[in-house]
Amino acid sequence: MTHHDEGKELQVGKKQEVSGQAEQTRSGPVFIPAVDIFETQDEINLVADMPGVTPENINIDLRENTLTISGEIPPYEEKNEEDLLIEYEVGQYFRQFTIPALIDQDKIDARIADGCLRLVLPKAEAAKPRKIEVKTP
Amino acid sequence: MFTRGMWNFPAHGMRTHFGELDRMRRHLDQIFGQLEQPATAARGAGVFPLINLTETQESYIIRAEIPGVSTDNLDIQTMGRNLTITGERQIEMDPNAKYHRREREGGRFSRAIALPGDIDRDKVTATLKNGVLELTIPKAQAAKPRKIEIK
Repeated sequence: MTHHDEGKELQVGKKQEVSGQAEQTRSGPVFIPAVDIFETQDEINLVADMPGVTPENINIDLRENTLTISGEIPPYEEKNEEDLLIEYEVGQYFRQFTIPALIDQDKIDARIADGCLRLVLPKAEAAKPRKIEVKTP
Repeated sequence: MFTRGMWNFPAHGMRTHFGELDRMRRHLDQIFGQLEQPATAARGAGVFPLINLTETQESYIIRAEIPGVSTDNLDIQTMGRNLTITGERQIEMDPNAKYHRREREGGRFSRAIALPGDIDRDKVTATLKNGVLELTIPKAQAAKPRKIEIK
């Protein structure tokens, strides 16, 4: 493991908001979390930035090869607070992915720490690359 | 003397000029209806991390979303009314993995915030929970609103 951003200046990224209303069941903005998806020999990893989401408020759903992650943030501002400067908005998170059928769906592991959700999707035995040895006579 | 005259007499005139400018600016703000609106993202500094600043009678509260930053990589300092948040977001990368999507970014960040009033710098508290930094900055005694009783 290496850090690939050593010394780089972090740029501000605006939260991406879902524009369509179709999938929304509750009022308030819905954001698309930024994700990293990478694949190793044995598994597919998914890391999503979902600041403010607690483990109780996160929902991971997998059906018919569609993986849905959603999270809700309860209102955190106290009633007696007055806004002076508002640069970001808070709302729900929602994103869907299509994952290959060759995932061992029973062994999916999810963890959340520091506002980052980490999903490990292990590949089924059949999907792992197999090295075929060439024998010499 | 000339210099003394500079500082004493014309300064008075200067102040009235600035006062007039200020009044004009406020007047324009009213025309565009900006005075009533809270500051929005459009007016943000555009520097990571984005912050939300609120106040109560007792203190200022700053919140920032910094997912994936641990407390070891975060440094918060106060100086007068200014507060700086510096840190680094480290993203671990597996060199052997094949990346399908890479949207999360890492790097160093530094943000300075000037608070609108005096603060009690000894009592600033900071919590980092679920990737959200929350700073509670008590106002200095002199900066707190005081109710004046009418006798």
